[in-house]
Amino acid sequence: MKATVYVPGDAAALALGADGVAQAIAAEAAVRGIALRLMRNGSRGMVWLEPLVEVATPQGRIAYGPVTVDAVASLFEAGFLSGAAHPLCLGETVQIPWLARQARCVTRRLGVVDPKSLADYIARGGGEGLRKARAMAPAEVVRAITDSGLRGRGGAAFPAGIKWRTVLETAAAQKYVVCNADEGDSGTFSDRMLMEGDPYCLLEGMAIAAHAVGATQGYIYVRSEYPQAIAALEAALAAAGDFLGGFRVDVRKGAGSYVCGEETALLESLEGRRGIVRAKPPLPAVAGLFGRPTLIHNVITLASVPDILAGGAAAYREQGTGRSRGTLPFQLAGNIRRGGLVELPFGHTLRELLYDYGGGSRSGRPLRAVQVGGPLGAYLPEAQFDTPLDYEAFAAIGGGLGHGGIVAFDDTVDMAKQARYAMKFCAVESCGKCTPCRIGSTRGVEVIDRIRAGDAGQITLLEDLCETMVYGSACAMGSMTPIPVLSALRHFPGDFA
Amino acid sequence: MDAILDPILAAWRDRPGALLPVLHAVQDALGHVPAAAVPEIAAALNLSRAEVHGVISYYHHFRQEPPGRHVVRVCCAEACQAVGAEALAEHARTRTAESGVKVEPMYCLGLCACGPAVQVDEAELHAAVTPAKFDALLARLEAGQ
Repeated sequence: MKATVYVPGDAAALALGADGVAQAIAAEAAVRGIALRLMRNGSRGMVWLEPLVEVATPQGRIAYGPVTVDAVASLFEAGFLSGAAHPLCLGETVQIPWLARQARCVTRRLGVVDPKSLADYIARGGGEGLRKARAMAPAEVVRAITDSGLRGRGGAAFPAGIKWRTVLETAAAQKYVVCNADEGDSGTFSDRMLMEGDPYCLLEGMAIAAHAVGATQGYIYVRSEYPQAIAALEAALAAAGDFLGGFRVDVRKGAGSYVCGEETALLESLEGRRGIVRAKPPLPAVAGLFGRPTLIHNVITLASVPDILAGGAAAYREQGTGRSRGTLPFQLAGNIRRGGLVELPFGHTLRELLYDYGGGSRSGRPLRAVQVGGPLGAYLPEAQFDTPLDYEAFAAIGGGLGHGGIVAFDDTVDMAKQARYAMKFCAVESCGKCTPCRIGSTRGVEVIDRIRAGDAGQITLLEDLCETMVYGSACAMGSMTPIPVLSALRHFPGDFA
Repeated sequence: MDAILDPILAAWRDRPGALLPVLHAVQDALGHVPAAAVPEIAAALNLSRAEVHGVISYYHHFRQEPPGRHVVRVCCAEACQAVGAEALAEHARTRTAESGVKVEPMYCLGLCACGPAVQVDEAELHAAVTPAKFDALLARLEAGQ
């Protein structure tokens, strides 16, 4: 029987040389006259072990990593095709503690399934949620989503069921389901990994949503920085056959605007305009894309839907804590030794993620600050590392979980510089619609520059400016930029002196 | 240019929200969106030239001038900053000052657990890029490989 070798085609694996490794394996097999099946799977999310090569054995998949082109010949020599020992051998993949201790739910097929094969997706439990949903009345499906406690995973954590019910109950000749795949927050990559590694899961979630709210057309708006994800989705759609029934999905490519991750700016962009935020109300659920009722959700939110239908709302709800139900794929990033994707139920602490999973800093120096929730998230000092990872606990300390991105910095970080960057990023990416964001961000850079030059009197001015931005901005871009700025100032005042 | 524009406009003119896909197709074909294309795109999509120009200038991705022979985009967002992206970007700018390779900052490639990250010509990806690795990459690009 032909051996099967898995070499991830995930963007992070590619960036670490996976294509070269795949070519070297194919070439070495040809030289040795060995026939093998080379599968390009998604990534398991253990980014520090990429390229992580797996071989199928009767004992399960055995992992080797990080594999370099130079190591390929010795892997063949050692007999890795039958799972033999080698200095790079990590044992059975699912037994690697970093992976084994997680609660892989929405990401459970990542790195396992063939992203190009609908048949493989179905063989691994895919399609069950859609089959069940189609046998249910739309209102019953909406009820299941409400009962599951699912909240939007894009950052705002809005209860999904409320959006679904609003779209269902708004009468219109045309409704839309839009997937927000404009994952622009630094430190986040779970949407990218899911689209590249398990695209049918997202498509199934969208098809269930379409059935529930009465939509016939869907759009996936993917940022232009993710060409591999766009290609994976288009390949999956091309091979979808009648999996989606009468629901049509188009992939649309963004164009490098961060604010287009804000839902109304995204809708403007989809309509072919500048990505400028709209006033709310009306909510997109009432008057969204082309003025029609639109259900708009982040990738992970929609990808969570098939399991809720397949396994039941109660089972989903069982995981998590307080009002944060289910799991969240956290993303460990920045200056961290073992970075990657860690899916856990809500309620674990930041410290567990940073040290038990992350292994501390990559540089070997002490961790000094951690930014949770992307460029609009708070910078947290070591004293707050025991905060439980749930929406309410983070809100209570003036931060947010956002999309689950965790960016670690070691003790060489200058927090005044990070605060300046937050304002600068806002100035560059502001859509320009409202004054506090458009002008406040530029003034913010100037004020921080004066503080850094020694004018401590400007700190009050910075605080006032931040208050104006918080209360006066039209969307999260301007109203949340003060969060990283003020958290840096509050927790690391020495850096501003 | 009509040979490029006509099929793109024919494919998209009757579809809703066509402007971004049209601009992407034009830039993919020509490397940028030339000013001369704007009136034709506007006419085909029943928009004003100002509306088309406004969209081109709003989005960082669209270029109005041809890029260099190669475009190397260095991620300068927070996760890459935490592992030395700013020093890398500075190094890259210095090394390419005299070359046909254009270095641009960009904000997040989603390679945040293995930074600093670099994207070459909107396709090829590199992670954990050190100044030495960048120099090797640059040498390869300049040699035309």
